[in-house]
Amino acid sequence: MNGFNQYVALLRKELLLESRQQHTLYGVILYIASTVFVLYLTMSDPGADTWSAQFWITMLFISINAVAKSFLQESRSRMLYYYTITSPVVFILSKLTYNVILMIVMSIINLLLYTAFMGDVTESFLQFFGISLLGAMGLSLVFTMLAAIASKAMQQASLMAILGFPIIIPQLLLLMRLSKTAFAEIFKEGALMQLVLLLLALDVLIIFMAIILYPFLWKD
Amino acid sequence: MQLRWWKLAAILLLTYDVVGGLLLPVPELSQLGETIRNLYYHVCMWFSMMILFTVSIVHSVKFLRTGDLQHDIKAESFAGVGTFMGLLGYATGAIWASYTWADPNNPAYASFGSIMREPKLIGAAIALLVYGAYFILRSSVTDMDQRARVSAVYNIFAYAMLFPSIWIIPRLLPSLHPGQEGNPALNFNDIDSRMRMVFYPAVLGWTLMGTWIATLVIRYKLLNEKKWNTYEK
Repeated sequence: MNGFNQYVALLRKELLLESRQQHTLYGVILYIASTVFVLYLTMSDPGADTWSAQFWITMLFISINAVAKSFLQESRSRMLYYYTITSPVVFILSKLTYNVILMIVMSIINLLLYTAFMGDVTESFLQFFGISLLGAMGLSLVFTMLAAIASKAMQQASLMAILGFPIIIPQLLLLMRLSKTAFAEIFKEGALMQLVLLLLALDVLIIFMAIILYPFLWKD
Repeated sequence: MQLRWWKLAAILLLTYDVVGGLLLPVPELSQLGETIRNLYYHVCMWFSMMILFTVSIVHSVKFLRTGDLQHDIKAESFAGVGTFMGLLGYATGAIWASYTWADPNNPAYASFGSIMREPKLIGAAIALLVYGAYFILRSSVTDMDQRARVSAVYNIFAYAMLFPSIWIIPRLLPSLHPGQEGNPALNFNDIDSRMRMVFYPAVLGWTLMGTWIATLVIRYKLLNEKKWNTYEK
């Protein structure tokens, strides 16, 4: 099989696994629901700033939980099997793609639940929706790479958060800045496009780093 | 013990930095007064921190290319000394800020919380948190080769993410910190020529000092490894 076919097969396997082991998927959805519900109980009538800050914090925690399992569920023996049938680059690319898809679905669920509970304070919901998809993509890419690193260590789940938080700060700041456009803040001409391009450039950088670095993690 | 030429240079440069930095004339600015001399110490700490971190990355890359564990020890030691320099940078910055920013008449800078929102401080905090995580990661992998490989990968990945963020964050947040656009004191327009005479040698001196400490740490660690014979050279 050539690289592209392997990639499709691995991606298909991830999606198939998700449909067979639905408990993990529902687990993440329940996590979202209970997080949003707790926020709803602790906060009433948040302003625009608090609303968007809390949204991004929920996104951060959801991405850690959703993405962590993609590497933690791979047993050692199954990794050895992958080792015999595919290359590291194809493997990490399939993981990245799968996690982006997963996080986009999760962010849509999160946004719907969040607005249902906390009310919709955005001026342009559609814009905020687009920004949350962009954010979901960046978060899932960073945490996929960190899950790959953390899966080699002990106490993987908590380690992932420690490793990830400092790295994700700039992206979160960019996203929160960008979110302000959905709350009718006027930006300078071209500044909006610049922010979006910066986020996309960061995503590309992460993918390149993953392609370069993952082969070193791959060998056991 | 033989005294290498660069160690001698470090001693001379730092002597010049301490004596010259405190005695040579500086521009008179009403806001800063004599605290401007802290530039010779505070900014040098950050410069040498970044240089030492960069050396650490170079050793991580070398390790991944060769698989020689000595490079891993070097990467770890340089990262450790870099972190130490960063903490010193915070300490000198805190002293400086307490004379210039923490003005009781200025409510915006009254609290710790508002000072920490400075983009330069956030950038520095990210760098230190990354290396904190790096050491936690190292200690949580038991296998030696694995530890070296995993931490080298994280080192490179974090560094690649850190640099864009140091460039991005100052453009997102307002700041009182000097050197708003880019790197303070590196720009030719915002540093007086009299100060440059002390500042550049000082950066070099502190970096050499950091390297000196790192080489001692490395030598100690290598001897330790040899004693317990945990790997063959």
